[in-house]
Amino acid sequence: MTMLKEGRPTAPTPVEEAHMAPATATGNRALMLEEKLIFEIGSTDTTGVDFAVAPTGENRLGDLARADAIGLPGLSEQETVRHYTRLSRQNYAIDLGLFPLGSCTMKHNPRLNEKVARMPGFADIHPLQPQSTVQGALGVINELAVWLIKLTGMHGVAMTPKAGAHGELCGLLCIRAALEARGDARQVVLVPESAHGTNPATAAFCGYKVEDIPATPDGRVDLEALKARLGPDVAAVMITNPNTCGLFERDMKVISDAVHAAGAFVYCDGANFNAIVGRVRPGDLGVDAMHINLHKTFSTPHGGGGPGSGPVVLSEALAPFGPLPYTARMEDGSIHLIEEENVGEEMPQSFGRMSAFHGQMGMFTRALAYILSHGADGLRQVAEDAVLNANYVLRSLDDVLDAPFGGSGPCMHEALFSDKGLAEGFTTLDIAKGLIDEGFHPMTMYFPLVVHGAMLVEPTETESKAALDQFILALRSLAERAKAGDEALKGAPYHAPRRRLDETLAARKPVLSWSEPDLAAAAE
Amino acid sequence: MRYLPLTDSDRQAMLATIGAASIDDLFVDVPAEARLSGTIPDLPDHASEMAVERHMAALARKNLSAGEAPFFLGAGAYKHHVPASVDHLIQRGEFLTAYTPYQPEIAQGTLQVLFEFQTQVARLLGCDVANASMYDGSTACWEAIVMARRITRRGKALLSSGLHPHYVSVAQTMAKFTGDHLAYETPELDSKTDSQKLIAAIDKDTSCVVVQYPDILGRIEDLTALADAAHATGALLVAVVTEPVALGAIKAPGAMGADIVVGEGQSIGVGLQFGGPYLGLFACKQKYVRQMPGRLCGETVDAAGKRGFVLTLSTREQHIRREKATSNICTNSGLCALAFSIHMTLLGEKGLRALAGLNHAMAVQAAGRLAALPGVTLMNDSFFNEFTLVLPKDARDVVRRLADRGVLGGVSLGRLFPTAPQIGNGLVVAVTETVTAEDIDIFAKALEEELA
Ligand SMILES: Cc1ncc(COP(=O)(O)O)c(C=O)c1O
Repeated sequence: MTMLKEGRPTAPTPVEEAHMAPATATGNRALMLEEKLIFEIGSTDTTGVDFAVAPTGENRLGDLARADAIGLPGLSEQETVRHYTRLSRQNYAIDLGLFPLGSCTMKHNPRLNEKVARMPGFADIHPLQPQSTVQGALGVINELAVWLIKLTGMHGVAMTPKAGAHGELCGLLCIRAALEARGDARQVVLVPESAHGTNPATAAFCGYKVEDIPATPDGRVDLEALKARLGPDVAAVMITNPNTCGLFERDMKVISDAVHAAGAFVYCDGANFNAIVGRVRPGDLGVDAMHINLHKTFSTPHGGGGPGSGPVVLSEALAPFGPLPYTARMEDGSIHLIEEENVGEEMPQSFGRMSAFHGQMGMFTRALAYILSHGADGLRQVAEDAVLNANYVLRSLDDVLDAPFGGSGPCMHEALFSDKGLAEGFTTLDIAKGLIDEGFHPMTMYFPLVVHGAMLVEPTETESKAALDQFILALRSLAERAKAGDEALKGAPYHAPRRRLDETLAARKPVLSWSEPDLAAAAE
Repeated sequence: MRYLPLTDSDRQAMLATIGAASIDDLFVDVPAEARLSGTIPDLPDHASEMAVERHMAALARKNLSAGEAPFFLGAGAYKHHVPASVDHLIQRGEFLTAYTPYQPEIAQGTLQVLFEFQTQVARLLGCDVANASMYDGSTACWEAIVMARRITRRGKALLSSGLHPHYVSVAQTMAKFTGDHLAYETPELDSKTDSQKLIAAIDKDTSCVVVQYPDILGRIEDLTALADAAHATGALLVAVVTEPVALGAIKAPGAMGADIVVGEGQSIGVGLQFGGPYLGLFACKQKYVRQMPGRLCGETVDAAGKRGFVLTLSTREQHIRREKATSNICTNSGLCALAFSIHMTLLGEKGLRALAGLNHAMAVQAAGRLAALPGVTLMNDSFFNEFTLVLPKDARDVVRRLADRGVLGGVSLGRLFPTAPQIGNGLVVAVTETVTAEDIDIFAKALEEELA
């Protein structure tokens, strides 16, 4: 054995397999540290924030002073930093590797965007400041709005929606307002079976009756079935294009014309705009309203669930009905905020406000920085590389995984596989969990619903060929194992912070907040 | 292009693998007439990081930031000091660049945070359970009205005149389309709220009474009588909190009988950000949990018996129930919830009470000073960190002229209630821990001069 002169070995002795991983006393595994809840490690007497002593004075709280214990533990700053740093390490993220969650467009989040969003002139301004003091912020909204309009070839844009689903709501409210303005109370919204769950949920949320449109065997909207269903009760058709199978709806223009001829409107779910940005303008396809997820196409971070931002581009027919507030550039170059007060002369048909303030300013600054960084040429390249990467994944794996629409031509920005051909008892879930052990975030599973055991892979344009090759290697190996019936796969993941979690138990006996152990025991 | 890793030779090699001659071959499904041949005209090409930063900085400089001025705005968005470690921690890539935790084995960080967040929010609001966040307070408020309709199967909501007018507008927008009936009147400049009127108006068709606490004019009152009156006819009490820091000083709405408590969590950890992204809080009694909108995180165990967390009760949600879901929300305000939770952990109960105490003390001091100005009266009997002054003239112009002097002196009722000129002399003033004695002095002097 090689030793230093103090007697410390400097090269490991070969170990026997059985001795590789004994349990530790703490449950920690080196860099993987178990972390208790703040309620278990903090105390209500500890704080990590110091305040100036409050001036003494009378109490104006009426008789409402809060006397009861609230039960909020505190930690010192050091403990706080450590708690959240440790927790963060139990997360997968784009910063760690490929995150091919189909329909979610998990692309790299440039750090310039973060820097820009934190400039005090954007981060530290109040939504109700006098307009003369926020001209730069209104300028950002306006500049981004112009980009979105030009990139989509549409007439106007509503900037306030707070995420994709909120954008869908905005679009459908515009449609409803436009129909009501012509005294036409249509009640039905048609939604393809392959649509994202938010589409039917949104239509129902604003009072519409939802009906399915079937798909053709090649994964697209069934044009003839759609035409047959159009009639005086149909208010809108919601179409995702490119659709959730990763395919372009070839008949989009024909569909739009048919929908318009029947007196209805075309809502396009723009979640997949990344595939066509700079190459195709939805306005050229007859779309009346489409939301754009800034948290997908335009790189604002998902933050473990949000926030998002879902501006909605609108056709000439719908733009007058958009929500308040909105910005307008005046002839002198100043930018005005149009609110309830001045809406009368500016936009009398607006359907009103759909959230308290002006939308997701923190996302606007990030998205604008991203758009300016790419420019018109870079954005076109984004779509091309996103589509190229997806097709590369599709064609590198369609010999081992069933690609239900692979025969009908290229895909757009996502590659769709099914569980057909896996050994008896093996599922999409097993492949997904196996990917975790291989160091990747799984693809979207079991969506869209039109494909059995769907695996929807969206690599995005910000992955290198080397990263894709490694992912392909991993997925190929897993597909082969699942076809060969490798039972070990059913136990995956083995190397993640947790093994498979019991979701049935969680739903049957919901524990949605922490309670002190004796209280919890007493409640049993 | 610095964000795009593929080289031209990569692209060629990949096209060869695919069996396509060119990129255009991959876009064959797009009808030829819809394909753009070159870049979209009238738009600039790509730019360097430095150039973009310069452009954005120039826009940022055109704004007067809250930190640069004596600052007294509130009305649903509050300036509070956010400790440096909050922003540092939310920028860890593992939090910032993760998606919704659909794969719990590799999302325990986000999930544990959500479980802690839900517990913190439930305790702060005095409820049994809270969800993993909504977009903002205004959309959470509408969702609460919808939930009350679902629970009671009644379609009439009584909105207090003390509810934030923008929250009212959001509800009115939606109600136009859903057929819900909303009863609402604009407030009066009175130290008394309209609770007695609301109690008298509750009937067997009422699904809920929606009341803000502290309200838009800064008034606070015990909600017990309202809750009792609502419950007597089978209606629910929905309480709306736009300034959660207040709950470090005053009783929680849940403890006074509110069935659903929603709010705007921006005050804690999030920052002003010109109105968004903000953080919708949503909490309720245990018995209504299956009627809640949005994501819920719950405790469970993994296959090896270790405690872990997952998203749960998803049969309420759009991805399972589609048109029968309790809401259409999907993406929420995850990162803002994280910021809130970190800030709340740093504060702890002790820090929250100190923060709330300091806010109240500064507000009392400012109210005393401002109400002593000639012609100015304080409308409120009681308040937390925000109160309404009645000026001798319309407050809109006063606010604009104060801004021209570099003082951000509150929110005028004319801006909030453009259709109620009779209350146009009202000025809502918020005073948080970020306000100094000197700021109060500058504001008071400037206001006195403007009114002279
Ligand atoms: C196709 C599609 N439509 C709509 C949505 C909803 O968007 P958001 O989550 O931003 O509300 C998503 C994303 O989750 C989606 O993939």
